[in-house]
Amino acid sequence: MSTNDFKVIDEQYEAGRLAMRSYVIGFVLSAILTLIPYIIVVSHMFGKQSLVLAVVLFGVTQLLVQVIFFLHLSKKSKPQWNIIVFIFTVLIVAILVVGSLWVMYNLNYNMTDVSPFNSNEGYIPQ
Amino acid sequence: MTTDILNTREAKSIFGFWIYIMSDALLFGSIFATYAVLHNNVFGGPSASDIFSMPFVLAETLILLASSFTYGLASLYAHHHNEKDKVVLWLVVTFLLGATFIGMELSEFAKLFQGGSSWQVSGFLSGFFTLVGTHGLHVTAGLIWMGSLLAQVLRHGLTVRTIGKISNLGIFWHFLDIVWIFIFTFVYLMGAI
Repeated sequence: MSTNDFKVIDEQYEAGRLAMRSYVIGFVLSAILTLIPYIIVVSHMFGKQSLVLAVVLFGVTQLLVQVIFFLHLSKKSKPQWNIIVFIFTVLIVAILVVGSLWVMYNLNYNMTDVSPFNSNEGYIPQ
Repeated sequence: MTTDILNTREAKSIFGFWIYIMSDALLFGSIFATYAVLHNNVFGGPSASDIFSMPFVLAETLILLASSFTYGLASLYAHHHNEKDKVVLWLVVTFLLGATFIGMELSEFAKLFQGGSSWQVSGFLSGFFTLVGTHGLHVTAGLIWMGSLLAQVLRHGLTVRTIGKISNLGIFWHFLDIVWIFIFTFVYLMGAI
């Protein structure tokens, strides 16, 4: 076995150690980012508005944590295309979700209030 | 070693799979939007805060998160250490955690259904079952895939092809965990506020 082989094995081992670190950090951070919003929601620690905001922030943070530490998507990712496609998808999903909510909110708002449930589900009053 | 080969042919397969995952993200984005639009339309039936058991959902969430972590360990032993036994061990652990998650989800569905909260009751419940059910179907597909991958690793060992497949299923599995974070946040936590 030449010294070169040892070097390759060392590099593999080092890469494995780094990957292990990445998974452990991702797991611990995700668990924390799951437990904190759970506790503040179940104990009704803040007002409604701030709870909604906090929960969304924790969710988005955990998305980033998992994308970086589990999917290993970063600026350094080998095929640069991965991250470009990812950003494009995030953009489309955001337009889709925000757009739907916006349009449907206006639809509800502009509709005559026909139902005691204030819904757009086609309730016909007697 | 293996990672050098992964940079060529298998890299293309992984990129192709990544594109599929992104199209799946669009599918989930659409049904999330549908749920967001419908979630207040309870039509006199139960609302989100009436029917969900939060400790149960927290347990589901942590189990799926743990399975994402154990899958990472399997992937790590395949890519960097080439230790077949440990890969098989962590794949089995991941499979069991995933199966537990699906079992819990099915029992939640059965309980809701028996309690009269089926998907036919209101727009909210239709949206809920569509969203959470689609995620559950994906996890089930992932479990079937994981079973077949286990058989291939046991039979052929850690070859370039099986390691490439481990990478692809890894993307799928971590993606499903990310989708679940959004379900946990927007369906369950928001419903309990």
